[in-house]
Amino acid sequence: MSRINAVKEFIIENFLFGEEEQLKLETDFFDKGIIDSTGVIELVSFLEETFNISVDDDELIPENLSSLKNIDLFLQKKLNQKVA
Amino acid sequence: MCGIAGIVNLGHLQPITPDALMRMVSVQQHRGPDETGAYIDDHIGLAHARLSIIDLKDGTQPIHNEDKSLWIIYNGEVFNYPELRQELIQHGHKFYTTSDTEVILHLYEEKGIDCLNELNGQYAFAIWNSKNKTLFLARDRVGILPLFYTIQNQRLYFASEIKAIFSNEEIHRALDLESLDQIFTFWTTLPGKTVFSNIKELPPAHYMLISPNGITTKKYWDMNFLNSKEINNRKSNDFVSEISETLMDAVRIRLRADVPVGTYLSGGLDSSALTETVKKNFNNELRSFGIRFENKNYDEGSFQSEMVDYLGVNHSEIMISNDDIGTNLEDVLWHTEKPLLRTGPIPLYLLSKLVNQSGYKVVLTGEGADEIFGGYDIFKEAKIRNFWAKDPDSKLRPLLLARLYPYIFKDNRLNKTLIAFFKSGIENPDDPFFSHNIRWKNTGKIKNFFSEKVKDSNRNYDSYSELMKLLPAEYFNWDTVTKAQFLESMIFLSNYLLSSQGDRVAMAHSLELRVPYLDHRVIELLGYVNSEIKINGLNEKYILKQVFKDRLPASILNRWKNPYRAPIHKAILNSTMSLVKEYCSEESLKKSGLFETTKVVKLINKLDKSDVASEFDEMALVGIISTQIIYKIFIEDFQYNFAESDTFDQFYDFRSLN
Repeated sequence: MSRINAVKEFIIENFLFGEEEQLKLETDFFDKGIIDSTGVIELVSFLEETFNISVDDDELIPENLSSLKNIDLFLQKKLNQKVA
Repeated sequence: MCGIAGIVNLGHLQPITPDALMRMVSVQQHRGPDETGAYIDDHIGLAHARLSIIDLKDGTQPIHNEDKSLWIIYNGEVFNYPELRQELIQHGHKFYTTSDTEVILHLYEEKGIDCLNELNGQYAFAIWNSKNKTLFLARDRVGILPLFYTIQNQRLYFASEIKAIFSNEEIHRALDLESLDQIFTFWTTLPGKTVFSNIKELPPAHYMLISPNGITTKKYWDMNFLNSKEINNRKSNDFVSEISETLMDAVRIRLRADVPVGTYLSGGLDSSALTETVKKNFNNELRSFGIRFENKNYDEGSFQSEMVDYLGVNHSEIMISNDDIGTNLEDVLWHTEKPLLRTGPIPLYLLSKLVNQSGYKVVLTGEGADEIFGGYDIFKEAKIRNFWAKDPDSKLRPLLLARLYPYIFKDNRLNKTLIAFFKSGIENPDDPFFSHNIRWKNTGKIKNFFSEKVKDSNRNYDSYSELMKLLPAEYFNWDTVTKAQFLESMIFLSNYLLSSQGDRVAMAHSLELRVPYLDHRVIELLGYVNSEIKINGLNEKYILKQVFKDRLPASILNRWKNPYRAPIHKAILNSTMSLVKEYCSEESLKKSGLFETTKVVKLINKLDKSDVASEFDEMALVGIISTQIIYKIFIEDFQYNFAESDTFDQFYDFRSLN
């Protein structure tokens, strides 16, 4: 769970400026307007640097990035691939 | 153009003093540096600061009628005044000046409030009837010129600028927290409101009567669009010719002045079309003025140069740096009297200075063409999303957004994620704010920076409901694009484009703007045109392009439209960080009590560390800093300079105890 906590902290710090309340595990960043177009690039750079992964073009889809829950599943998949 | 001010006693027994009137015109002397005048009696004081443009010699105000029972102070221009004057002379009216001011007065004498239906122009004026003790205040149809008022201490105070009202010490100064909610949703206040408590604006196309029987405010003109059954589907050459002729006449009468008239030329379609019209038809010696940016992402220099060469105009331009923006932000806010979510007004403030230094008092500008002819991206965005809403699973329909916003969709890898962003609300195309919800929701997130005090105060306040109350009944029958057009025209046009980015930053340097695209005859003609014709496919301002198809280079007619923007991030967070230090320190944030310090610090740290900034972060930055500056210069530490002269050039004193 520490993995997703790091992502959560990043989003609270950079997109919500400390406002934790509105961010739940399944909150949709795009629907709620938490992250906009420039924000997606910031988020992907953060994920790549922090978890030492490389996000492929065809992985940049809302299904992977639209909520904390989706990001967690996505990271799990990516990190498993790395181990394998 | 000019500055006007007045005080009416509504039961207050203390006499109105010439000093109060002098303060009120002095503080807005930039609006009228040439002359001052005043009228005072036991009930009312009227004062005027004049920028002489028509009848330089005899137009000193206040102006009276034949028997001196009616008195007018007036800021503006009525462009059809020679024709109206002729008619009035035929009806026996006697004129002692050749000014347009006197024409309004006699027209009022002749027709009462119906005089407003005959005026073609931009104006805010006050007419005092000393016989029946009634004051008539009126503002032009589109709200090109400002008029603010407040009722306090059993008095009504009014003026062209709020600082004139504030120059009376008895006026209470505070920020209106509901207005802040509106600004941080719609980018400006809704018609009628200002950012200050109890200070109101007379909305566009409204008049107000203040008589011993009470105060009434009424609307006299609607910027309405006919419903879908009545709209005009004509695309014919006849119709294009009719628009073309009306536009030509709108320009012709706006060149009426006893001083030379220039144009603003940006290189966009609207200003290019306007400059072509003047240069080719009316003034071969035309001077034009334009803005350039050092930062290439904002610069339109190549299009501007192309038009200068094509028309052979005598063009002057000003080069704007990031530092220019930061350095002038406080001065600009003194004039806009309202927080800003963008920095576009600052280059225009500096441009009006250049024009003033070039010896010009009047320019024609292209404002309003986007609203009236259908030019904004948000109209096309609404059209695409409406089309997408009919087949929400379509993979192809949303890709039209990438064509509309190439600068957002510049990284193909992110297309799918960006599309998810624009999909918000797609399931409800009948939502009255379908076109603007994404923009407003995104802007509204800035409200998260508000302090608990502001949030608590606004907990039961909803800007959307306020807006709903202002919509005409027909609105709900209009198509998506027409609704969007109406929202832009009602909210953004007068209260931002023509004020913060128009009159206020022009008059800061005693420059009058005239806006031919907002001639009410043009607005009324276009009001009947089907939105499918205004935006033909995704080709915006189709009718305007038809009018100019043989008169402008194809590269200007067919160019991609860039929204006018100015730098924010690096302009405000410059090497000295002086704006941040002064207005976003813990101490100053605590003093205003408007924003939560920890969040503001996080935002500034984030932006300071990065080279790029999102649109949201930039809006939040300039929104917060400009609100802090407004608080400092108008609430906490309101200071203004008196004019050097302390007597009026023209003073009519009818006080009984004189």
